[in-house]
Amino acid sequence: MARGGREKNGTAGVSSPLLRVEHLRTSFHTRAGVVRAVDDVSFSIGQGETLGVVGESGSGKSVACYSLLRLIPEPPGRIESGLALFGGLDLLHCSEKELRAIRGDRISMIFQDPMTSLNPYLRIGDQVIEPLLIHRKISPRDAFEAGVAALREVGIQDAAKRMCSYPHEFSGGMRQRVMIALSLITKPELLLADEPTTALDVTVQAQILELIAKMQEERGTAVIFVTHDIGVVSAFCDRVLVMYAGRILESGLTAELFYEPKHPYNQALQRSIPALHRRGAELRTIPGSPPDLMQPIRGCPFAPRCEFAQGKCVTSEIALKEVAPGHATACLRVQLGEIDLTPASVAAE
Amino acid sequence: MKVPNESRTRGEEEALGEAPGAAGEARALPGEPRRSSLWRDAGHRLAKNKLALGGAALLVILVVASVFGPFFLGQSYFAQDLQLGATPPSAGHWLGTDTLGRDLLARLLYGGRISLAVGLCATAVALTIGVLYGTLSGFLGGKVDALMMRIVDVIFALPFTVFVILLMVLFGQRFVLLFAAIGAVQWLTMARIVRGQVLSLRRMEFIEAAEALGLSKARIIFRHMIPNALGPIIVYATLTVPSVMLLEAFLSFLGLGVQPPMSSWGVLIKEGAETMEEFPWLLIYPGLALALTLFSLNFLGDGLRDALDPRAAKD
Amino acid sequence: MLRFIAIRLLQAIPVLLAVATLTFFMLKLAPGGPFSAEKSTTPEIQKQLEAHYGLNKPLFAQYVTYLGNVVRGDLGPSFKYPNRTVNELIGQAFPVSAELGFWALLVALSLGLSAGIVASLRPNTLTDYIPSGLAMIGICLPIFVLGPLLLLVFALKLQWARVSGWDDWVDRILPALTLGAFYAAYIARLTRGGMLEVLSQDFIRTARAKGASPARVVLKHSLRGGLIPVVSYLGPTVAGLLTGSFVVETIFQIPGLGRYFVTAAFNRDYTMVVGTVLFYAGFIVVFNLLVDLVLVRMNPKLRFE
Repeated sequence: MARGGREKNGTAGVSSPLLRVEHLRTSFHTRAGVVRAVDDVSFSIGQGETLGVVGESGSGKSVACYSLLRLIPEPPGRIESGLALFGGLDLLHCSEKELRAIRGDRISMIFQDPMTSLNPYLRIGDQVIEPLLIHRKISPRDAFEAGVAALREVGIQDAAKRMCSYPHEFSGGMRQRVMIALSLITKPELLLADEPTTALDVTVQAQILELIAKMQEERGTAVIFVTHDIGVVSAFCDRVLVMYAGRILESGLTAELFYEPKHPYNQALQRSIPALHRRGAELRTIPGSPPDLMQPIRGCPFAPRCEFAQGKCVTSEIALKEVAPGHATACLRVQLGEIDLTPASVAAE
Repeated sequence: MKVPNESRTRGEEEALGEAPGAAGEARALPGEPRRSSLWRDAGHRLAKNKLALGGAALLVILVVASVFGPFFLGQSYFAQDLQLGATPPSAGHWLGTDTLGRDLLARLLYGGRISLAVGLCATAVALTIGVLYGTLSGFLGGKVDALMMRIVDVIFALPFTVFVILLMVLFGQRFVLLFAAIGAVQWLTMARIVRGQVLSLRRMEFIEAAEALGLSKARIIFRHMIPNALGPIIVYATLTVPSVMLLEAFLSFLGLGVQPPMSSWGVLIKEGAETMEEFPWLLIYPGLALALTLFSLNFLGDGLRDALDPRAAKD
Repeated sequence: MLRFIAIRLLQAIPVLLAVATLTFFMLKLAPGGPFSAEKSTTPEIQKQLEAHYGLNKPLFAQYVTYLGNVVRGDLGPSFKYPNRTVNELIGQAFPVSAELGFWALLVALSLGLSAGIVASLRPNTLTDYIPSGLAMIGICLPIFVLGPLLLLVFALKLQWARVSGWDDWVDRILPALTLGAFYAAYIARLTRGGMLEVLSQDFIRTARAKGASPARVVLKHSLRGGLIPVVSYLGPTVAGLLTGSFVVETIFQIPGLGRYFVTAAFNRDYTMVVGTVLFYAGFIVVFNLLVDLVLVRMNPKLRFE
């Protein structure tokens, strides 16, 4: 697992980030109450960088991504506040027309479930070349050629013939390759990947990850990679955000996050990885369950389950602060220097 | 994308297995959905649906008026007053009179009885046949099921209205025949729906449990399957009544349905259409009565469908 | 594809057989019909009937003759009108019904589809309630109430159209509206349902993520799937529309197949009645086949069954 972050030309905290998100808040107004899915999230990503967003189900990681492109269903969902600065434009407040010009062209997205993300009534070819037809002045002939080339690049055999197939003729892995092809065909600057491998077989997962990595290197695309699998993150991402209950609890370079965790949640997560346990040792879990997002959360959201929690963790205002260069944490006690967390590999002994 | 379940707390979600049966009620089997909470939830959802409630209220008013109204009304529906002829609404005759001097309101209420009676009875007949047929077919399964459904398909493909007209013309216009003709096709869709329900219920574990416990087939069908399949049956029955009423009115309009001296709304509409240039109210009031009844039944049926299965796509 | 057609035609045979048999027995049992002992027709017609039905042969032979005639498309002489065959009469009346049906279909599709699509775009808001409400009214207002009402208002009171007749293009308007209104309402509901179902799917989100405009999302991505329920419904509906609506043709005095059928029924023109039923059934079968072909085109998953 611990291959460490990929070597990149140190883009953390680049002077002009590709995308800068500030104080994003998204909630869902349901009949039972208001769910604060994303509660004050701020981060940035530089050109060509890979940013991992890790968290369990319900941590708000996917919703944060959808919010960036305003793909949240508006009746129950609402982006309450925040900015998302991209190329001089605020994605959250620009006009529909401006947003549509960016979607699929400069920022693309791939989704979790390849079975349902493709239109079963249209041919694969039509769907792959669609971003080109929308955003570029291109003849159908040229678009077709581009489509064939795109399919070949993602490793689909018999690409020209496959352009006329329908999605149900493809396996899950192949469909995800098609999704990758269509999202990268316009050479976007940023790719949002929402758990692209979760719905796939383990063997196929690795292939898809390598494909994304390869395409990214060739094009210099930045990637925001949402996943609940920290193993994937460690292999693939330059920097990581750890999310919990709609907030970021820790952020930093991948290697540092693993070898020098600065938040109890991060540490607990790593400790619970079965592979790290000694043979025969009891499996460690994190006791308790994530908080109810309909209730306002006082203080640190992880406090109820944290072994280091104290009174002030619940009563004080908790915010993300840098405690080492490029490495920030939202843990009050770590910020105050009161506790020093040991990495998982050491603690396992 | 995960949005928390908005309608119930965790506790209510669990369908418990052992519900000590009330006296006389069949004891629920392990894994069987808890029926009382299903109905309660549906009731809540229905109560929130203003349109459905409005429809139900209107329906009750119409039914009560038709059944009890004539007693209060003083007028009789067959007393003719040829000298009076057709008159517009007035103090003495609230909806006016028809060409033979008969009070329209009285005729409307009596006609309502017939129309509603035909609607309810024919639906009841279709319901009984359909439920029995569908349950048997779904329960027995295999080749028998396939054959039974094939028969349904063939009958379904027949041009029904045409046959009904044929039937009524060739064999005279007896009231009983009317029921037979109308009921003859309505049971088909009911059979299909019930069979679908039975098939999906059969696969559920509690039926296996029942069989393992040695319950007789009849008992399983009547005590465990049919009650659990009631939802769509009720919905469809509510939606069948208006279409049966429409059919009866249609036949009567063509002169093939209810015969004088009995009248139904269809007959009234026919008579109204014949003289509508001079006496438009003779057409408008019966037409309105029929339309309102159909309206309320359809809204109620829609509401029931939404209440019992909110996941079902509309239509 | 040919196999598909062949299979469908084979499946249709039991249906047609059932129709033919049923009508044969109805004919046989009907009092005063061609098979009954009482001679209720003129001698010339009686002679034609004998020739056509083989009235003196045993039951089974009669049945076979009957079936033979049906298969050959020979529907026999009219029971009431000497010198005219049922085929002639149908040939005369059907085009009229077909034309009426065509206009009604046009009304139904244009009103219904647009209302349904508009209603599905913003569910549970005014743009949904108004078309859906109108659709509900359309379903609940029986044709035989709407027709006379329209006649009352537009022909009698306002005098914009004639009360009956089928000569000018103006005569087409009211009947087409009356007949089309109900189907428009039903189509609107089906379209709304189908579109809502499709619009809630994940692949619509993918389309939006590609930067597709709302128009593109609806037209290119949603319609194909959303209209499937409508097309299924259209099959028997169009067949019914084209073969004439009894009520509308009766109200507006249009010389179409529906009215001929009703008149024949009252006149006890048995052969005409039965002939029409057979024609109708055959028509429906062919039409359902056409609809199935269209459905297969629209839903690629069906092609591999």
